[in-house]
Amino acid sequence: MRIGLFATCLGDTLFPEAVKSTAVLLARLGHDVVFPPDQTCCGQMHVNTGYQREPVPLVRRFAEQFGDASIDAVVMPSGSCAGSVRHQHEIIAERYGDAALRAGVSTVKAKTYELSEFLVDVLGVSRVGAYFPHRVTYHPTCHSLRMLRVGDKPLKLLRAVEGIDLVELPEADSCCGFGGTFALKNAETSTAMLQDKMRNIAATDAAVCTAGDSSCLMHIGGGLSRIRSGTRTLHLAQILGSTRTAPYALTEAAR
Amino acid sequence: MSTFLGMPATPPRSPYGTGNLRGDRKFPKAAHDELRNEQLRRNLGKATRTIRTKRLGVTGELPDWEQLRDAGSAIKTDTMNRLPELLEQLEQKVTEHGGTVHWARDGAEANEIVARLVRATGSSDVIKVKSMATQEIGLNEHLESIGITPYETDLAELIVQLADDKPSHILVPAIHRNRDEIRQIFLDEIPGVDPDLDNVPAHLAAAARAYLREKFMTTKVAVSGANFGIAETGTLSVVESEGNGRMCLTLPDTLITVMGIEKVLPRYQDLEVFLQLLPRSSTGERMNPYTSMWTGVTPGDGPQDFHLVLLDNGRTAALADTIGREALNCIRCSACLNVCPVYERTGGHAYGSTYPGPIGAVLTPQLAGMDAAEDDPNSSLPYASSLCGACFDACPVKIDIPSMLVELRHQHTEQSGTTAEKLAMKAAAGVMKRPKLFAAAQKAAALGRIAGGRDGTISHLPAPLSGWSDSRDTPAPPKQTFRSWLASAEGAATMSAAAEEGARHTADDHEEDR
Ligand code: SF4
Repeated sequence: MRIGLFATCLGDTLFPEAVKSTAVLLARLGHDVVFPPDQTCCGQMHVNTGYQREPVPLVRRFAEQFGDASIDAVVMPSGSCAGSVRHQHEIIAERYGDAALRAGVSTVKAKTYELSEFLVDVLGVSRVGAYFPHRVTYHPTCHSLRMLRVGDKPLKLLRAVEGIDLVELPEADSCCGFGGTFALKNAETSTAMLQDKMRNIAATDAAVCTAGDSSCLMHIGGGLSRIRSGTRTLHLAQILGSTRTAPYALTEAAR
Repeated sequence: MSTFLGMPATPPRSPYGTGNLRGDRKFPKAAHDELRNEQLRRNLGKATRTIRTKRLGVTGELPDWEQLRDAGSAIKTDTMNRLPELLEQLEQKVTEHGGTVHWARDGAEANEIVARLVRATGSSDVIKVKSMATQEIGLNEHLESIGITPYETDLAELIVQLADDKPSHILVPAIHRNRDEIRQIFLDEIPGVDPDLDNVPAHLAAAARAYLREKFMTTKVAVSGANFGIAETGTLSVVESEGNGRMCLTLPDTLITVMGIEKVLPRYQDLEVFLQLLPRSSTGERMNPYTSMWTGVTPGDGPQDFHLVLLDNGRTAALADTIGREALNCIRCSACLNVCPVYERTGGHAYGSTYPGPIGAVLTPQLAGMDAAEDDPNSSLPYASSLCGACFDACPVKIDIPSMLVELRHQHTEQSGTTAEKLAMKAAAGVMKRPKLFAAAQKAAALGRIAGGRDGTISHLPAPLSGWSDSRDTPAPPKQTFRSWLASAEGAATMSAAAEEGARHTADDHEEDR
């Protein structure tokens, strides 16, 4: 399959390791990974903060970069960006776009996937040849869970990882408190939510808390780092990308 | 939608200054104080967790729960699509059965109507059934200001009233109070209460009961809200747990019901759906203990004088909004409050409105407006959510609250003038729409490594990011972006090695297939 990789603006800039793992993993599974070079951002931050005119050019660029018929699927290591492409681009195109944008958006929407749904639903694999001999807990991010309905697909993938000690996170499906600009506009409420999430993570005694969104992990990881917790965060793609021949060393720098 | 009963093109919102649809502080400021109240946070966390579990139990046991939600949603949507017609039908039926219908454009008008009706009875006291509509318009405050004393008869509502407090929850107004606090309130406020009263729930309830019995037997006028009003028959309905509502609805001579116009349902049969959805979603019960229904006046039985006040107070304004009108489908079950992580931490008072939590964050700004004025507290409500979507999953009538929050944020930014945030958003979009500029900005971000110091984390950021860095470290940007890695020799080599491995795998797979 020819897969268009969307790095996401945050992944490309701040969390390249998660995107690298995604690219390598998909190639390792025998797929042709292409990176449309003029991609930037899906515009989610704008929409969620209340701006719908401003991201029109971003939505258009996304549709142009990934609309190409030679691209069979668009894959990204982010539930919230996939959610934005699937649920928000249409609203924007309806409101401020032209016929071409509306058409482009609906073409791309139909072939857009978050990494775990792509692996499990489209490729039909759960065992991806990963090796990760550590204690891990999984936090399902809200947009993966409720916008994309990824369900237990990430857990299926994790359970099939060789050597992993997967422990259930208490109150897993409660929000970590990130919410994009929510963490700035309502910083104290966000922190209160984060504290409960960190308490639950601590209860698992895991070395790693993983999730399908770098943004939520940035928030959770930032909190864990501040309290000097022994647990660190790692994107799901990095665990799936870790192999016996190239194992991920937990002592490596965070990114 | 056709024009509503001669309403002007832009329907009026609930006015400033009356009722309880506008707090005096923006959400983050109000939340700041509430978050510091440890007792409150414990009470809230415990109560919402208990009721969440209970709800999941009773919704999970119904095999057709999802179909019921769909039916509820469909009936409500249909109702909103022909609200004017249904309301006229309701008026006609109520009148036919000996009731009197009054129309109130806003809270002030509704308050005046009720006050006039109470005065006409000569009574200076009224007993009240717990009602969101009368909370919304501040009826108690209005009645008190003209010398009429309202007595709340719902136990939790009574606690709130005696404490001179405000409700913190739609269903459990005193959710933020524990037994010890309640005991103290009763000792301080109920005349003649046993000074040895302890904090055993049954004893507390008995003290309230003795106090309320006396009110029921002596007060001639009652004011209620309504959960449903049936257009087909003119029947009004109140559902409750304690039976105190039924006392109010049956004992007095005069009954005045204040009902938001969105509470109408087309047919009697529709109750079948909502009497299953509401109790399971709100109290986690299969059926609520008391369902009272009355149709106009029945000679010789119950109140002989019945008035229905139909309240707009911003509802037609909400109805005029193609996306926002869905908020009017709400049946006030409070399930969204109980699953909301923001509500769970801050409680209801932070929202400054009768309607707290997720539904309040969308309903309040619609009923009362969000003035373009920067400092309108209501303009902060649509942002009081992490958009986690738990409310959408819990809502028995499937109101898409997250999408409405995003829409209201959009409406707010469209209404407000140029702000620093708007400029920043424009600038960010300007950069992100040009790949070359974006790449340059990424390089600039990499300079942020310097801020990271030796351990690669940034612990202090300037405003407006300081709220973030107060409790979270930020990793310094990495040396290399993904795209520059991909373009590098290392990236190319890694990718082609992976592709080779992939090709081998694919060949192996084919081998196995054979
Ligand atoms: S929005 Fe839905 S969940 Fe919330 S109170 Fe209304 S009906 Fe209940």
